[in-house]
Amino acid sequence: MTPEIGHFAIILALCVAIAQAFFSLVGATRGYVNWMAVSRPSAYVLFFLTAFGFCCLVVSFLTNDFSVLNVASNSNSQLPWPYRLAASWGSHEGSLLLWVLMLSGWMAAVARFSKGVPKDMLSLILGVMAIVAIGFYSFLLLTSNPFDRLLPPAMDGRDLNPLLQDPGMVIHPPMLYMGYVGFSVVFAFAIAALISGRLDTTWARWSRPWTTIAWAFLTVGIALGSWWAYYELGWGGWWFWDPVENASFMPWLCGTALMHSLLVTEKRGSFKIWTVLLAIITFSLSLLGTFLVRSGVLTSVHAFATDPERGVFILGFLVFVVGSSLLLFAWRAPKVGLGGRFSLISRESALLANNVLLVVAAASVLLGTLYPLFLDALGFGKISVGPPYFDAVFVPIMVPAMFLMGIGPIARWKKSSVPELAVKLKWAFAIAVISALLMPFAMGDWSILVSFGLLMATWIALAGLVNLWTRLKQMSSGEDRTLLGSFLAIPNAYYGMLFAHWGVAVFIVGVTLVNGYEVEKDVKMSLGNTVTIGEYTIRLDALKDLKGPNYTGVEGSMAILVDGKEVDRMFPQKRLYTVQQMPMTEAAIDTGFTRDLYISLGEPLNDGSWVVRVYLKPFVDWIWGGAFLMALGGVLAVSDRRYRRASQDEENRGEKTASS
Amino acid sequence: MKPRYKRFILVVVALALLTLGAMFVLKAFRSNLVFFYTPTEVLAGQVPQGQAFRIGGMVLEGSVGREEDGLTVRFEVTDTLESVPVQYTGILPDLFQEGKGVVAQGRMNAQAIFIADQVLAKHDENYMPPEAAEALERARQIKMDNQ
Repeated sequence: MTPEIGHFAIILALCVAIAQAFFSLVGATRGYVNWMAVSRPSAYVLFFLTAFGFCCLVVSFLTNDFSVLNVASNSNSQLPWPYRLAASWGSHEGSLLLWVLMLSGWMAAVARFSKGVPKDMLSLILGVMAIVAIGFYSFLLLTSNPFDRLLPPAMDGRDLNPLLQDPGMVIHPPMLYMGYVGFSVVFAFAIAALISGRLDTTWARWSRPWTTIAWAFLTVGIALGSWWAYYELGWGGWWFWDPVENASFMPWLCGTALMHSLLVTEKRGSFKIWTVLLAIITFSLSLLGTFLVRSGVLTSVHAFATDPERGVFILGFLVFVVGSSLLLFAWRAPKVGLGGRFSLISRESALLANNVLLVVAAASVLLGTLYPLFLDALGFGKISVGPPYFDAVFVPIMVPAMFLMGIGPIARWKKSSVPELAVKLKWAFAIAVISALLMPFAMGDWSILVSFGLLMATWIALAGLVNLWTRLKQMSSGEDRTLLGSFLAIPNAYYGMLFAHWGVAVFIVGVTLVNGYEVEKDVKMSLGNTVTIGEYTIRLDALKDLKGPNYTGVEGSMAILVDGKEVDRMFPQKRLYTVQQMPMTEAAIDTGFTRDLYISLGEPLNDGSWVVRVYLKPFVDWIWGGAFLMALGGVLAVSDRRYRRASQDEENRGEKTASS
Repeated sequence: MKPRYKRFILVVVALALLTLGAMFVLKAFRSNLVFFYTPTEVLAGQVPQGQAFRIGGMVLEGSVGREEDGLTVRFEVTDTLESVPVQYTGILPDLFQEGKGVVAQGRMNAQAIFIADQVLAKHDENYMPPEAAEALERARQIKMDNQ
């Protein structure tokens, strides 16, 4: 019965979404107060119904109900329960149910936390989101019903893809989807503002925290995916420029640009049209990402079945959403006035340049991702665009953006001057240059690329420190405050910015050092053999058989020696998941602050020895650490008091921040 | 007049930079395209000399062998009509198996052996890499035309 009840709840949810879209949008445009009143409670009902349906699916998975097709094809009675839970969003159908759960969750959150937003605006926003919801609920029900029965029921399930049986995979999809779907909020705000013609600084202030929090989730989601690829695929790489990765990276790039342009729109009233366009583009790229990953045009661990019907549906919906919002944009945007003027050297200019660079970077990733698909679809044969393209293009585009990250936050709004900036930043720049030239020697080997990467990282970090110091001095000199007092008085949003930028610096350190100094060795090892990598000597001591809940395999026991003394022991595994007869490499990783030691078993050879892969990856964890710092920055920014305060003293606050 | 003049310069500079950037991007793009060929096409000499490309098909049953060092692997990729010898040094993906789909990226050497620097297999038991499926499909077409 449970799956049928769940199915029914989702059908009801679709009906609620249709009613909500109708009453909210018509009510708001015609000014019917009673109709508008529907939008808020219906958002709660929608969320409740979807969550209920989702729980039904989870129950089917947890209780091993193999009469449900989805459970039978993606789970197994031997599967440990956390993975049975994760399996409920591990399949195509389940992940779409997660998608709509997230969407309805965001709608309920908007309904709950938008007390300051006028009724008609809120009604428009929820109405737009309801239309997006209608598209996805119909998609779910028409093409990918997660509750389909299997008659006769299977004796046991076909198991979850072993690659997904991993703690990182339990949380990666929900985080990523929170981000993807979260951009629907700022999209809805933008469309609502276009419809009502109220494209003002208040609109930007409402949109900002939603954008930032969605962005933070997306950052964590991408970082988790990259981390998973690093330890689970057994290659030791952290980013492959795979189309699936690019699908999530493009909305991230545009979302980053959007956060910065919303800042200008809120503080200075400029960039309004651009901000709206970016909001539309960012959400469209989220939809495009869903299309690429879910339609089966890409083959990867994410693409479950090549079902043309699904692809056509999402493509059609994508065209509808992008087309209608761009049409609305073209119709309404010319009526929006220009914002405050600014000079060539100003914070606005720096942010504008950052926006252009980020969007160009996203466009170049888009080109490399879509071009092969177009050629294939048009029958011109199969090609692939390799990582060298992305490396060659992406890095040079981002370098000026990273340089600007040091200058932008210090430049004044409206008008700044080069000598003033030079005075403020000369020491930061000098120290960055000197340390970038010297630091590679400490690692043992000087190279121009490493030096340049470190220059960018230290530049961003030091410019952030200078920024903080200037601000502290300013605050304590103006009013009668101690340094600590000013430290506490600075709003969280400011610290959010600093942390996010420092996160980028940490990330750059990780990428630069791992690319510059990683050591990779593939060797043949028998019992008692050793291999030396960096300061470590690794000895294969034993190989023993392994028996897990749903796999068998071999586990190597490796002694890690430094100067002949054993300091650690590592246990890489080679597993065979019995249900699907699928082999899997479980790398053993010794994580450290300055390096990872990475050992994975390749394959057994006839004489009883093994091919073993040994990596030394300096500073690799800084890559994900940096990403988490960025996300932390986003969370800090959203936790700022002023988002919770009533918005009456908006004007004078605008003046204050403009002068700081 | 002055602010307008400044803004004009800003726009021109921005456009120039964008054009330069676009040219640079397209150049990098063109030089990094990797084309795909089936074993039949490779043996028919349709592959441009000295260029990296991808080859796809099935790993021929019984063709996998190792060199003395244990790291260098030789196997043949077939589309059921023709097969091409491939040599790869390193660890093969978990799902690399005889009789299963495979895609390799690399170059032909003077001895007509494909030296692969990357070998890809599928992500789970059900699906073929699209290139491998394509190679088998093209070979099937040729067989049907011959009959």
